[in-house]
Amino acid sequence: MAFAGRRDAPEPPDFGILKRLARDQLVYLLEQLPGKKDLFIEADLMSPLDRIANVSILKQHDVDKLYKVETRPAPGASDQFCFLVRPRVRTMRFIADIVNADKMSGRSRKYKIIFSPQKFYACEMVLEEEGVFGDVTCDEWSFYLLPLDEDIISMELPEFFRDYFLMSHELWRDLEEESEGEGQGRKPEIGHVFLMDRDVDYVTALCSQVVYEGLVDDTFRIKCGSVDFGPDVTSSDKSIKVLLNAQDKVFSQIRNEHFSSVFGFLSQKSRNLQAQYDRRRGMDIKQMKDFVSQELKGLKQEHRLLSLHIGACESIMKKKTKQDFQETIKAEHSLLEGFDIRESTSFIEEHIDRQVSPIESLRLMCLLSITENGLVPKDYRSLKTQYLQSYGPEHLLTFHNLKRIGLLTEQAAGETLTAVESKVSKLVTDRAAGKITDAFNSLARKSNFRAISKKLGLIPRVEGEYDLKMPRDMAYVFGGAYVPLSCKIIEQVLERRGWQGLEEVVRLLNGNEFSVSDSTVEDNPTWESQRVILTVFLGGCTFSEIAALRFLGKERGCKFIFLTTAITNSARMMEAMIEARA
Amino acid sequence: MNRARADEEEYWHSSKFRAFTFDDEDDELSQLKESKRAVNSLRDIVDDDDDDLERVSWSGEPVGSISWSIKETASGSTSSLEGRDSSLQKGSSSYAALPKQVSSYSLSSLFKGRNKLPSFQSLSDALTDTGVKNYAPELRRPKAEYKDYSSDWSPKDTVRRMQRGKVCSLERFRSLQDKLVLLDEAVAGHDGNVITAVLIFLKRTLRREILFRELEVRQVALCHLIHFLRETGEQKLLLDLLRFLDRTEEVALSQYREHLNIQDVEKRREFLKGCIGLPFSAEDTSHIQDHYTLLERQIIIEANDRHLEMAGQSELFRKYPRKASILNMPLVTTLFYSCFYHYTEAEGTFSSPTNLKKTFKLSALQIPDKQYVLTALAARAKLRAWDDVDALLTTKNWLGYTKKKAPIGFHRVVEMLQRNNAPVQVLQEYVRLVEDVETRLNLATKYKCHDVVIETYRDLKDRIQLTAYKCKVERGSAEEEKINSILNNMQIRWKN
Repeated sequence: MAFAGRRDAPEPPDFGILKRLARDQLVYLLEQLPGKKDLFIEADLMSPLDRIANVSILKQHDVDKLYKVETRPAPGASDQFCFLVRPRVRTMRFIADIVNADKMSGRSRKYKIIFSPQKFYACEMVLEEEGVFGDVTCDEWSFYLLPLDEDIISMELPEFFRDYFLMSHELWRDLEEESEGEGQGRKPEIGHVFLMDRDVDYVTALCSQVVYEGLVDDTFRIKCGSVDFGPDVTSSDKSIKVLLNAQDKVFSQIRNEHFSSVFGFLSQKSRNLQAQYDRRRGMDIKQMKDFVSQELKGLKQEHRLLSLHIGACESIMKKKTKQDFQETIKAEHSLLEGFDIRESTSFIEEHIDRQVSPIESLRLMCLLSITENGLVPKDYRSLKTQYLQSYGPEHLLTFHNLKRIGLLTEQAAGETLTAVESKVSKLVTDRAAGKITDAFNSLARKSNFRAISKKLGLIPRVEGEYDLKMPRDMAYVFGGAYVPLSCKIIEQVLERRGWQGLEEVVRLLNGNEFSVSDSTVEDNPTWESQRVILTVFLGGCTFSEIAALRFLGKERGCKFIFLTTAITNSARMMEAMIEARA
Repeated sequence: MNRARADEEEYWHSSKFRAFTFDDEDDELSQLKESKRAVNSLRDIVDDDDDDLERVSWSGEPVGSISWSIKETASGSTSSLEGRDSSLQKGSSSYAALPKQVSSYSLSSLFKGRNKLPSFQSLSDALTDTGVKNYAPELRRPKAEYKDYSSDWSPKDTVRRMQRGKVCSLERFRSLQDKLVLLDEAVAGHDGNVITAVLIFLKRTLRREILFRELEVRQVALCHLIHFLRETGEQKLLLDLLRFLDRTEEVALSQYREHLNIQDVEKRREFLKGCIGLPFSAEDTSHIQDHYTLLERQIIIEANDRHLEMAGQSELFRKYPRKASILNMPLVTTLFYSCFYHYTEAEGTFSSPTNLKKTFKLSALQIPDKQYVLTALAARAKLRAWDDVDALLTTKNWLGYTKKKAPIGFHRVVEMLQRNNAPVQVLQEYVRLVEDVETRLNLATKYKCHDVVIETYRDLKDRIQLTAYKCKVERGSAEEEKINSILNNMQIRWKN
């Protein structure tokens, strides 16, 4: 079957088992506190929990009332409290307050804390300090991985980005050690593994998304693989929660498409649907009966999905038009390509002056900074001043966070280096100049975006229009203007079977953390699994990247599986950096 | 910080409904509309008995989902799930299919058969035990396992055990040397949880100067301690640490951050005053100073205006009651407020725009006055004070000639005015000033500024378009007459 050239991508392993394991373990833990109990759930665990269990399962295991952590229990509450929480100091204090209040009023209860995904020593320390250690029992619910779709697994740890990249707090467990001893004697199901730190490529995550799934995420926020479509989408007075995954037959066909191709698809689809309904005319009773019993249900389902996605498109169009999306995209593309920087800077400035969304202004500033290796001091000061004036002085703290993480930096005064660089390059031959430039680059951790982009050809040069309906490369996910850096690296390494020839790029990426792990297993064409590739994104991955790699997979006949600490987008990244009044 | 940000966006955002297109071939929106019509026309056939639809509550959560139930609990309903469920079952047949399972298939019974956990015979068994945790947590494990079997764990083994979540006594690491080896092992293990655990122990057992000194040369551990102190809110120790490390700017920022937790404005103002002297960069010091001045000013304005509003004497406040207090708002918002309520006040009053402008020298680094004009424009347009708008956009040169000038494109000015329902006569004047011909035509057509459309076509010498436009104006109107007279003008050399 494996002919040369285009092969069909292999099926991914079934990750549904992860859900079942998580559910079984949760049930086990709930049974550890037999009898009726009230369950307190941490807010950010609610959506993940919804993906693997529901109220009736909890009820089967004697959960009486459900509370959100931070809400006080009602007076008539149960004799047993169970807390399902992330290991956070704040939450420990909340629990300790409840326990201590009970003690004061002479109320006796049983308390159990279930930490997800693991217990931290710091939490126990707080319990000890608060004098409730021993009054509560602790357990761990090792719910690390939540399959969001057949090819996406999320750890649902959005705070990882801030904690790790801003605070350098290491939350990462030793992967190798965990998997040690497992899988012996079994055929590997995955051929390659990529680990990608988000700070290798901030640019891609900062761009406005224009593939359908990305746009839906940017516009409505997809939470744990499901989205709330409000009245403006459903054209009724209620909101609908919709699961967005491969099971949705309409969505699965448009999720990876550039937004402009989606309209055509939807209208074609609705015409087909109409035609299928029209067949009813002229049916006799028997045919009608078959139609109703066999087809109608499917058609109805499709009808429902179609109208939802059409409604979503309409709402997206309205919102984006209102936000001058076209102009924003234009400015973004200029930044990526590195021309009209002055113009883009004033575009951003106007954004700020008009008090357009603070997140949006921040995002554009970061994109400017990272593509330009930092802002020139004069621009940095003026944009910062205007930002503080428009959105509040406390954002001073936000700017410090961004500077620290390298998203929004000021070119140091010493960076007249660039002037030296250009002089040098005029004097010396290209090759030597390249060396000298690199030496300068290594002085500071810079994004080097421009140079990397050139080396890897991230900005496609296309004669005429880029045909978004028949994409030629991964650039289609950004309207043909830019190939996502993260995805391009993966493509190159796969193509070259290693980093050979990419040394220059690795250096520009400031990458001493790159390790080349030689696969001991030789490429064995009979193993489908060789073409299953796991990509791990530490600090979040965007739907645009997922779409780009799915496209690459289709082209190359391989299957990408995505494992990420969380699904992210530019707004989430910016929000993680913002410090303002709660 | 949002003085009704939505409101603000309403002033600013364009209402222009130009379809955003990625390629200009066809009108995507109309295509979409068409699909929608087609799908909607099927509604009659597809009667809405959403049988395959998830049951969704008003808030949009599927009924029976956990998020939904929690919202129910939060909204004060204290009925237990039991009660709610039975009421649900009455109304829904789809829900009744979930009886409480007591069959042998229940997951709990599966587990109950398996609670015999291995007890460890030897130390090596305990060490290689990785399987247990994967399957089930450590609850019903023999008590003995919690204890250390030996007090002789090497630092490395101690760290390994801790990584597996085991309780380990660290008390035997008493010499500084031992403590540091332990810390270094933990850092080498790359597990933040363990590093923090060791740090907690070190913090408890070492004098802070010694701890700080040792951490200074251990950056990874240092980061973890800072993170930990931040999370537990041990501000004083944190500041001491940062001071010890000579990270003066971080000390300043850390202290400044605290103002976010102070609710009372007077206290907050006092606190900010104290922040001015902190070791910020020169640039940031001036921002902090501004922050203080701004809040101080807002407190004065707020007290005055609340009084004014209560007294009910001011027509402006009666007609446009304040939606929120001005306290803690950004400077631009404050300026907007002042242009809205206090535009005509003399420079001497604290609430007047000119005074604010002077105090803060808005945008001194950029095009002078840009932000001021923009904000004032928005405020005056909101009040439909068209004369003020005109004045703001008019400049006089040294010869005394007047000229219209805007800090942003005139198309934005037009959008803003239109949002505030400016009459055509007002709108027209600014549409005419839009530089880009195409944009000008679009706006003029959209807002029915006939004169501008007609003149633009005349200037473009586009007879066909001009003729076509005739059907857009009223029969026998002055505009029609104007078109006719232009079309009849023999002087114009039409391009078509």
